[in-house]
Amino acid sequence: MVATDKQPEYKVLGTRPIRPDGVDKVTGRAQYGADVRLPGMVYGTVLRSPHAHARIKSIDTSKAEKLPGVLAVITGANMPIAESKDVEAGEEVANYRDDSNRVMAHDKAGFKGQPVAAVAALDMNTALEAAKLIAVDYEVLRPAINVDEAMASDAPIILEYLVGDHLGEDVPNTNIAKHARHIFGDVDAGFKEASVVVEREFQLSTVHQGYIEPQNATAFWNNDGQLTIWTSTQGAFWVRTSVAGILMVPTSHIKVVPMEIGGGFGGKIGVYLEPLAALLSKKCGRPVKMQMDRKSVFEATGPAPAGKVKVKVGVDAKGKITAATADVRYEAGAFPGASIGPAAGCIFAPYKVENTYIDTYDVVVNKSKSAAYRAPGAPQVAFAMESLVDEIAEKLGMDPLEFRLLNASQEGDRRADGPKFPRIGNIEVLQAAQASPHWQSKLEHNPSNGKLRGRGIASGFWFNGGMKSSVNINVTTDGTVTLVEGSTDIGGSRASISMQAAEVLGLRMEDVHAYVADTNSVGYNDVTGGSRTTNTSGLAAYNAAQKVVTTMTARAAKLWDVKVEELQFEDGAFSSKSDPELKLTFKELATKLDQTGGPVGETGSAVGVSGAGGFGTHIVDVEVDPETGKVDVLRYTSVQDAGKAIHPSYVEGQMQGGAAQGIGWALNEEYVMSGDGAMENATFLDYRMPTAYDLPMIEAIIVEVPNPFHPFGVRGVGETPIVPALAAVANAVHDATGARFPQLPIKPGRILESLAAKNGS
Amino acid sequence: MVQDATVKTHVKTTINGELVEFLVEPYRSLLEALRDVLGMTGTKEGCNDGNCGACTVNLDGRIVDSCLVLAAEVNGKQLNTIEGMATPEGLHPLQQTFLEEAALQCGICTPGFLVAAKALLEKEPHPSEDSIRFWLAGNLCRCTGYDKIVRAVQKAAETPSKGSK
Repeated sequence: MVATDKQPEYKVLGTRPIRPDGVDKVTGRAQYGADVRLPGMVYGTVLRSPHAHARIKSIDTSKAEKLPGVLAVITGANMPIAESKDVEAGEEVANYRDDSNRVMAHDKAGFKGQPVAAVAALDMNTALEAAKLIAVDYEVLRPAINVDEAMASDAPIILEYLVGDHLGEDVPNTNIAKHARHIFGDVDAGFKEASVVVEREFQLSTVHQGYIEPQNATAFWNNDGQLTIWTSTQGAFWVRTSVAGILMVPTSHIKVVPMEIGGGFGGKIGVYLEPLAALLSKKCGRPVKMQMDRKSVFEATGPAPAGKVKVKVGVDAKGKITAATADVRYEAGAFPGASIGPAAGCIFAPYKVENTYIDTYDVVVNKSKSAAYRAPGAPQVAFAMESLVDEIAEKLGMDPLEFRLLNASQEGDRRADGPKFPRIGNIEVLQAAQASPHWQSKLEHNPSNGKLRGRGIASGFWFNGGMKSSVNINVTTDGTVTLVEGSTDIGGSRASISMQAAEVLGLRMEDVHAYVADTNSVGYNDVTGGSRTTNTSGLAAYNAAQKVVTTMTARAAKLWDVKVEELQFEDGAFSSKSDPELKLTFKELATKLDQTGGPVGETGSAVGVSGAGGFGTHIVDVEVDPETGKVDVLRYTSVQDAGKAIHPSYVEGQMQGGAAQGIGWALNEEYVMSGDGAMENATFLDYRMPTAYDLPMIEAIIVEVPNPFHPFGVRGVGETPIVPALAAVANAVHDATGARFPQLPIKPGRILESLAAKNGS
Repeated sequence: MVQDATVKTHVKTTINGELVEFLVEPYRSLLEALRDVLGMTGTKEGCNDGNCGACTVNLDGRIVDSCLVLAAEVNGKQLNTIEGMATPEGLHPLQQTFLEEAALQCGICTPGFLVAAKALLEKEPHPSEDSIRFWLAGNLCRCTGYDKIVRAVQKAAETPSKGSK
């Protein structure tokens, strides 16, 4: 680890204890959403549109309703007309009217797989049989399944009620939900100073988060109007808000119980089944459980947007970037909301560029609505920019890492979307990459096996989500504490949050018992997403622990009949500054709470500060088989600024997992779409994610440049790890083959075509 | 009912060393029987078409995707699932090393990986990294990038067995 700013000596932070939920997860005892079993529970399923774009002329559910064992059938007619209002949904912006239509088509299907009806029955097979008996009369419409088709002048209008925001102007009858522009400096002047200007267009395919656990929801709408939802979600409080908005019921009538979650990566923020299970339960009076099959997960949950990114960069004779422009067009899916804002914030973030001009377009197409996927919007633009930077460095005859160091952004520099950077670790990350054993090693480009080897490097940035968190800490009379939090634990956050409380309280992590609570049992918490949880829920835990210390100090003062100001809390013990006789450990004082006023419990709340963010640089060696076009990843190093790595193992885990997803995105993964908008590879066999056999060990080098907005210096670490990976791999394949790959994935066919073109055959 | 409930099949099998009898429709998978009939939810569903390995169980010494096995097929056989891996005396060495090496993040694929890795170590007590990666290629993990999983299996292979099954 490379720590650059001075750090205090920590006792708990930086150690690697076993996570609190670990034993349950290695024994199969942990309860995930699909594991819910309730008395009287029945099963629900969804009938989905077979067409990507179709008007629903009529739906006849009578046959299904008559099937013995069927308890309830709902269609769009059962959905209230929700308010059209944009609301912050963690990493996304949601609109209740769009979401209502998205979870159940009202009068039109905008993507293949969109729900058109749902059934609850005594058992799943009866529900599935009943769904087949529902007759839907469709008027099939011409779809537009990519940005070019949807932006064409004769494009079919997908969302008729949409009023586009085109540079602040309201525009009806459009598929462009938003056109936003970010301008700083004078790009024309900047390009005039340049001695080298390169412009390229890059194309991205639709990819999926690929979490292993399918979406699920179980709901029970009680006779008193109270609705309880058990679900696998990144944000129980957002599910509550969202279901309340879609079903038009008061938030206070809904309790959401977050079950363990089997991966999300941004894809389990939006609701899918929750409102349907709720309506079915209301209709049949019993708990209704629903679960997606894998095909529906691919077709009908939120993939990351495909699209096009055009980038132009000018560089002067010394290698300094003088100007940069970008045109980013992302597929929103059937409803607005592609991640164009973060794209603008991330595309040039690793560089100091005075003159920038960015156009972004959020384009409605006939696919499932896109969702956040690990640094939503950033990997796509980083692929474009970092591929271009590699090409420019090559043109200038410069080492690509030296080029990045020469142009690296640092504190005080401005991002292309406005904010100025506070203390960031971009340069320190590049220096650590430069000093790494991997970068220092030599690569044999033409090994004796006849294959082609290459090395690539790329950088990337992601923000630090911030947002809101609340944590309760209760002192137990044996001297331990319970920590009640509302952030879903996707990858070890019970550990990273409770370790911060333990550090404040002078306890071991094992003495802080962490629980993820339902929405009735803890204050509001935003989603586990945006690289915010260890940062901001950790900050809430820090605040709660500080309040516990204050209260416990007062208890000690009462016990000893001295003034609070005379006492101190150091190394887990309360003591008098003047009288050495007066000293009690946290544990000892905890046994005396009854004598000093009763139980101690405190709430800590926090609003995290966004903006400090994290930078990463990846180095990768690949071997390309010129006979088959197959790419093997030989060696991979991920370097990242974590601010302060609370639990280094789980920070490394984020870095390794993000790299693996990025390798998949670069080399294999894509939705293979038919012309009429059907995904033709909706299984894990055909949507090929990396397996253990596809990957090498992934070296993780953690850099620690403390975040100035967090008491322990924590930066978000979850999302940056995927951002540089796509371009790092593409640059390595270029180094091996001499060919550039402006379109992902870099599949064997594309490599063979490039090699053939190069060899003139 | 669409299906005639009276034609349920009687299955008598051994699960984690205990004799278990249950009734199940003949078309149901072993995964469905474990989860929905027997309430053994440690075995997970990720794809239900044999491509993710989250539902891996050990059937007569062979690892199988329980979503691809009919429940009725396990009649008279020996079945081992994640629920049988730890004993009251303690965790299996693999379970321990998965925790120590932080080889899980969300944990949904973990039961499948553990059942598969246990079978590997029983067959090949000291596998190479390549063998581990090849053996586990039938189990998808989307969180870890596999690095720490492979290390946990390597570490367990070096851990002397304490006689846990």
